[in-house]
Amino acid sequence: MRKIVLIALVLLSGILFTARLFYLQVYDASPDSLSQNSAIKVMYDYPQRGYMFDRNMKLLVSNQPSYDVMVIPRDVKPLDTLEFCGLLKITKEEFKEILHKARVYSPRLPSVVIPQLNKADYASLSEKMYKYEGFYIQRRSLREYQVDHSANVMGYIAEVNNAIIEKNPYYQMGELIGTAGVEKEYEEVLRGVKGVKYIQKDRFNRDIGPYKEGIFDTLPERGHDVQLTIDAVLQKYGEELMVHKRGGIVAIEPESGEILALVTAPSYDPSLLVGRDRSKNFTKLWYDTISKPLYDRVLMGEYPPGSPFKTLTALIGLHENVVDTLDTFACYHGYRYGNRTLGCHSHPSPLAMVSGIANSCNAYFCNVYKRIIDKYPNPREGIDHWREGLLSFGLGDFLGYDLPSGKRGNIPTSKYYNKIHDYPAHNWSSLATISNAIGQGEVLLTPMQMANFTAAIANRGYYYTPHIIKNVIGPDTIPQKFRKKHYTTVEPEHFKPVVEGMFQVYKRGTASSIQIPGIDICGKTGTAENFTKIDGKRVQLTDHSIFVAFAPKDNPKIAIAVFVENGYWGSRWAGRIAGLMIEKYLKGEITRTDMEKYVLEGSLEAEYAKPYSGQPFSINR
Amino acid sequence: MAGGRTYVRFDWLMIFMYIALVIMGWINIYSASLSDTAKGFWDFDQIYARQFMFIGFSILLIIFLLAIESKFYEKFASVFYIISLISLVGLFVFGKNISGATSWYAFGSFSLQPSEFAKAATALALAKYVSDIQTNMQELKHQIAAFTIIALPAVLIVPQPDPGSALIYAAFVFTLYREGLHGVYLLLGLFAVMLFVSTLAFGAVWVAIAITVIGGIIFFRNRKKRPSIIKYILIAAGCIAFAFSVSYIFNNVFEQRHRDRFNIVLGKEVDARGIGYNTHQSEIAIANGGWLGKGWTQGTQTKGNFVPEQHTDYIFSTVGEEWGFVGSLIVVLLFVGLILRIIFKAEKQKSQFGRVYGYSVAAILFFHFFVNVGMVTGIFPTVGIPLPFFSYGGSALWGFTILLFIFVKLDGANYHYS
Repeated sequence: MRKIVLIALVLLSGILFTARLFYLQVYDASPDSLSQNSAIKVMYDYPQRGYMFDRNMKLLVSNQPSYDVMVIPRDVKPLDTLEFCGLLKITKEEFKEILHKARVYSPRLPSVVIPQLNKADYASLSEKMYKYEGFYIQRRSLREYQVDHSANVMGYIAEVNNAIIEKNPYYQMGELIGTAGVEKEYEEVLRGVKGVKYIQKDRFNRDIGPYKEGIFDTLPERGHDVQLTIDAVLQKYGEELMVHKRGGIVAIEPESGEILALVTAPSYDPSLLVGRDRSKNFTKLWYDTISKPLYDRVLMGEYPPGSPFKTLTALIGLHENVVDTLDTFACYHGYRYGNRTLGCHSHPSPLAMVSGIANSCNAYFCNVYKRIIDKYPNPREGIDHWREGLLSFGLGDFLGYDLPSGKRGNIPTSKYYNKIHDYPAHNWSSLATISNAIGQGEVLLTPMQMANFTAAIANRGYYYTPHIIKNVIGPDTIPQKFRKKHYTTVEPEHFKPVVEGMFQVYKRGTASSIQIPGIDICGKTGTAENFTKIDGKRVQLTDHSIFVAFAPKDNPKIAIAVFVENGYWGSRWAGRIAGLMIEKYLKGEITRTDMEKYVLEGSLEAEYAKPYSGQPFSINR
Repeated sequence: MAGGRTYVRFDWLMIFMYIALVIMGWINIYSASLSDTAKGFWDFDQIYARQFMFIGFSILLIIFLLAIESKFYEKFASVFYIISLISLVGLFVFGKNISGATSWYAFGSFSLQPSEFAKAATALALAKYVSDIQTNMQELKHQIAAFTIIALPAVLIVPQPDPGSALIYAAFVFTLYREGLHGVYLLLGLFAVMLFVSTLAFGAVWVAIAITVIGGIIFFRNRKKRPSIIKYILIAAGCIAFAFSVSYIFNNVFEQRHRDRFNIVLGKEVDARGIGYNTHQSEIAIANGGWLGKGWTQGTQTKGNFVPEQHTDYIFSTVGEEWGFVGSLIVVLLFVGLILRIIFKAEKQKSQFGRVYGYSVAAILFFHFFVNVGMVTGIFPTVGIPLPFFSYGGSALWGFTILLFIFVKLDGANYHYS
């Protein structure tokens, strides 16, 4: 016994330590990840973000270096404060305050002294930097906009927030990510791949060289440049035309689906969201809840399409075989049903299809619409067949374009009407939905959808999904879905009378005032009633001015939708703007300078102020 | 020594394990103290270079120790012991204070720590006393004398303050037990430790209640044997007094840093930033090693100097991180093997002096190993004692070398009678 006690204790302690070591090192070993190791600092090397070009390879946005003056307080040696403050362009008191804050944050870790020096200040400072120990200049990359337009297209980048970091482990606190427009949609293409460096730290968090001589380090990969489908000249012109108006322009190349211009108004200069004043400017734009410059009206705005929608009513009527191009309908200054009348303006009567479109006769299209719905045993089936046709034009749902914002619009279903009319307790007929015939009622479209269906008419029966990317430079690819034709349910031969009607709109109809020498435009005006709520009361506002068009009539090169909020009537603003855009794009110069002058000098600000004036106001006047 | 009748046969296994530990120790000290300020390998500002020199001097020391006639150690045991005591007393006058403890004599850039050498001297003196023909460990008089030999240096070391080194002298209880001390002393010691820990963990009042209840139960179960109630009350009162005095000492005599160390291990405080930092960082480093470790000089925690005192008391955490479970296990096995070998050899000694001395060597090494590795792996409170042969430090290395090689010599000489 006396001989065994110590031996037993030695063996027991050996077993105890083996078990403890096994527990610590093998059983309970925390994941051996470099990033979780407190002794390894991960440093990222940020690549240049890709540039954006327009369709003609004009540079839209590049990068600019920005220089932050940094300090590690404990490394600071006595210095000529006066001279240094002079170089930094701050007072001695400010300098002391900044240094104090840096020391409070951490004596060993870098803090920013002066953020985002411009190039000139950087040049004068960098020569003398060697004199100031503990201070150094850190280079960062910021966006540099070469143009003052297309802010809504390009979007912007911002620091990632916690929600993004949780979802996507690629990003770290303080990094930038595209949060709108092309910057967001093509984030992964543009950003490139950041390089990683693992730095061995000591217990004071100081760097003591690369971890394992840098065998795990990677080099950054530069982001890809992208060529957009935007025509910078056209885009800039569109934004100029839309000054002092609200609404937007969408121009599409029908044969490819490429978006030539995407204008929302009001907009802003993209350079406002770069540099030292970014947050101040962003706050200003964000809180402008009246004109909403950050709200993309052409993608997000759901508007009643008004008369341009009549072209679709006609096309679906022909497809459903309920109307012939020679069928005529009388107009009694409107369409009478029951004891009500849906009014119309003065024009010859009765009218067949081409004249019906040219004169935008409400009665004609109400008759056609009623025939479509009543072709089927009940209006519910009728509505659903009507809807199916519209959906094939890209309405009532997201179009699938490559921009991160959008709305579905609304093409009502039979279910919807069943619900509001409390079917089957109460029946409803085609007449209950008659406003749909002329693009009022429950139908809502975004300007983008209007431009898209116009492109489908221009193509006589198909469209390509509109897109903003022309080429990713390097891999030289774009998603295949933008190369695929989407056919409408309407047969190609039915487009001929509708196109002719749209041409007559321009030649002798509601848009005859915007004629441009040498260009055959097919268009359709729209004047849409609209309402808003003021103090909880439904109030009618001045009609929206709408125009959709494509040109030339044969082999169209551009399809366009212009939407001007509260612009009185179709040809007054939207028609003129569409005409000017088409001329600019097809000819490169403007011959209708009278029209250009009217638009550039005109303003609707007084109209937009009306509902906020607090005074009673009259509309359409 | 004349003629071919006598010969000396050293135990090469013991020597081999010693060499293995010293070399592995140096390799890990090199990694733990590696810095980019070194001006070449022979820069004696560098810890690893100094340790290299200490090892070199140890070789001379070993040759010297093995050359001396083995009877010399027995004869001069008392002298060594008295010199040790004097050197410990001298610290109060001439001692140099290094990081809070006056445990050193300074000679230029080198310092000597006499408490590291006192262990060997005490072991010699105890062996000499116990092996005396007139000594009988069953007798109280002799027990008191033996305990005095052990306690004197410990009492001189405590106020340096270096309670860790003083604690090591408790190892000699194993030697005395082996030589006939009644087992009740061991049990008493164990019981005292249990009382001590439970008092700290639960408080003196609860311990007192528990003792009263347990004592009461035992008394009533034994009442047919008509036990003396006075005896029970006295024992219980003694235990309770012990608990309260522990509580008193802990709260009033201990310094806060000692209290913190105990509280952390008892799980009363979780404090990874402050006092628990050492142990916490040490555990992280060891856990970081995994099966095979990060590789020599590749430990991230070691390179970052996250573990304080890593080249001295916490050297085992470097082993853990850079050599992993396998490397740590090899070190543990080497220590267990060496200690068992010493015990095995001690039992084979013909002279009682050799046996007592060898047993003391084994017990001291065991205590160091047990307390140090226990501390580094976070099982025991932080007690600042080195890992024998491994930790950086000339005094410690030489102290252990002397301790071990006197026994190697005694053991070797053992054969020349056979």
